[in-house]
Amino acid sequence: MSNYQVNEKGYYGDFGGAYIPEMMFPNIEELRLRYMEIINEDSFKKEFEQLLRDYVGRPSPLYLAKRFSEKYGANIFLKREDLNHTGAHKVNNTIGQILLAKRLGKKRIIAETGAGQHGVATATVCALMGIKCVVYMGEIDIQRQAPNVARMKMMGAEVRPASSGSKTLKDATNEAMRDWINNPVDTHYIIGSVVGPHPYPDMVARFQSVISAETRKQLLEKTGRETPDYAIACVGGGSNAIGMFYHFLDDEAVQLIAAEAAGKGVDSGHSAATSVLGQEGVLHGSRTILMQTTDGQVIEPYSISAGLDYPGIGPQHAFLHKIGRAKYVSITDDEAMQAGLLLTRMEGIIPAVESAHALAQLEKMSFKPSDNVVVCLSGRGDKDLDNYMKYFNF
Amino acid sequence: MNRIKQLFNNKAGKKMLSIYFTAGYPRIDSTIELAKTLETAGVDFLEIGFPYSDPVADGPVIQHSSEEALKNGMSLDLLFQQLKELRQHVQIPVLLMGYVNPMLQYGVERFCKSCAEVGVDGVIVPDLPMYEYEELYQDVFRKYNISNIFLITPQTSEARIRKIDELSTGFIYMVSSFATTGKNLTVSEQTTAYFERIKALNLHNPLVVGFGIADQASFDHALTYADAAIVGSAFVRLLDQEDYLEQIPSFVERIKGSVAV
Repeated sequence: MSNYQVNEKGYYGDFGGAYIPEMMFPNIEELRLRYMEIINEDSFKKEFEQLLRDYVGRPSPLYLAKRFSEKYGANIFLKREDLNHTGAHKVNNTIGQILLAKRLGKKRIIAETGAGQHGVATATVCALMGIKCVVYMGEIDIQRQAPNVARMKMMGAEVRPASSGSKTLKDATNEAMRDWINNPVDTHYIIGSVVGPHPYPDMVARFQSVISAETRKQLLEKTGRETPDYAIACVGGGSNAIGMFYHFLDDEAVQLIAAEAAGKGVDSGHSAATSVLGQEGVLHGSRTILMQTTDGQVIEPYSISAGLDYPGIGPQHAFLHKIGRAKYVSITDDEAMQAGLLLTRMEGIIPAVESAHALAQLEKMSFKPSDNVVVCLSGRGDKDLDNYMKYFNF
Repeated sequence: MNRIKQLFNNKAGKKMLSIYFTAGYPRIDSTIELAKTLETAGVDFLEIGFPYSDPVADGPVIQHSSEEALKNGMSLDLLFQQLKELRQHVQIPVLLMGYVNPMLQYGVERFCKSCAEVGVDGVIVPDLPMYEYEELYQDVFRKYNISNIFLITPQTSEARIRKIDELSTGFIYMVSSFATTGKNLTVSEQTTAYFERIKALNLHNPLVVGFGIADQASFDHALTYADAAIVGSAFVRLLDQEDYLEQIPSFVERIKGSVAV
């Protein structure tokens, strides 16, 4: 067992655990006791792999970006999660969790969403399985992300506005947790990132780990080595980053780099750079690092990317940060938007603004020509066109 | 012996009412005034909420009071300052109720020490799990003689209830049904069966019912099986009215009704 994975108590070092009200205990306990057994069943594996292949379109390509490689003086590979059905890595997790929910006999799915990508991925698998779906979304996000709201509704999901607190992702998460407390039987909560009480961070990481499992094989084919010199991914809650890091954690020579959203600058008061601005505490059921006041109130983060403005990071990230296994860097709105445009103009790929944060890190590094660098291109930028157009005055 | 144990020892068999309110709501300085008025009105013990930005176990009424309290500037530091004069005015047991993160930032030992210094007798932290309490914090709570109150629900297994009973030092908080706070309890065969099942376990600790207790009917129903019941959201709603202090005695009387002390 890897030193970087969850222990039998549900912790990664000091981080993790299940800080939940007793009302949620039976559901979380049921998951904890059964998730490993279920996801290791042959029939589960078979169905999961088949859907990832035939429905999601996996394996996603590992693309050697020629012009980017020339520019940065290294072999720059893009892991193309943007080519997945629904346009991002989120669907890897929702496919896994819907299959799990079915095996647990659940009849109703709830989810939270910020930008709407996880909401869409959840609504999609619920349509696929014919299961009732309720997605909680902050009132403000509903206004900002109208196309994704429409997609969810078209899939038959009910989108419920979260009107408490700051009316964004963290409040949508609170509302989903309240829904689960009020509906403890027959409902499964599909959390969209490697956050929440144990076993969610581990379970979601396992479903997303397909990203690095494929990357290893693809690298071997393309470079003759299974491991890269660098693996780079963006981090909000951190699910695509954990997916990208997962099978490289024990290869200590692989440098893991996680790009957080610095927003208007780490010291600007408008940032989501949790590893810099956060302190240890408890958020949404796990002990982690979160942005908070000295009195322990959660601070609303800011980023131009709606998928990265989460006030915490998953507990495994908090652990990897604390022990130094992965390096957490901050990328501003401006750096991300420029990197997004650069990829579009040089490679003909419009990345999600989230993924553009990972790309922007390339500008800040110097490579040897022989270096193999994998960047997780976690999502496509269709949903961000408005954002890009406004920013660049197109 | 702390005041909670004393209360249940002395009043065994009598019907007791506890009221919850959020510190800093409706006004930043209403804490002591509310506590005094509630004691005078015949309330048996108090739960004072310390507000948190993300109260997942709470329904809209208590969420709103927490948000307003934070806007008013309430914090644990300020609350403990206000509570310094608590015991000059109020004799009944007082518990603090809130979420784990503000307590962690304040420091758990410092929190327990502050509780002991101002005369707070117990703490209810719904998102502090049993395992973490036992492993990390139980010794500190015991050192300062602070009761940590655990919740049970209709779905909590008997084995877990027995374990909670062992760890508890004040009372066990029975959540009335599957719900966040503020959803009125409807008396049903289901709740009756749940109350009867728990009562029949003959636990060491007294049972106190909370969540959804809003009127005399739900109060009486709960007290057929439990030692006390807690009213939260229904009381916090009263605080929206300008003359809430004058209304407190009749509010308490309406709930306690014929079973008043």
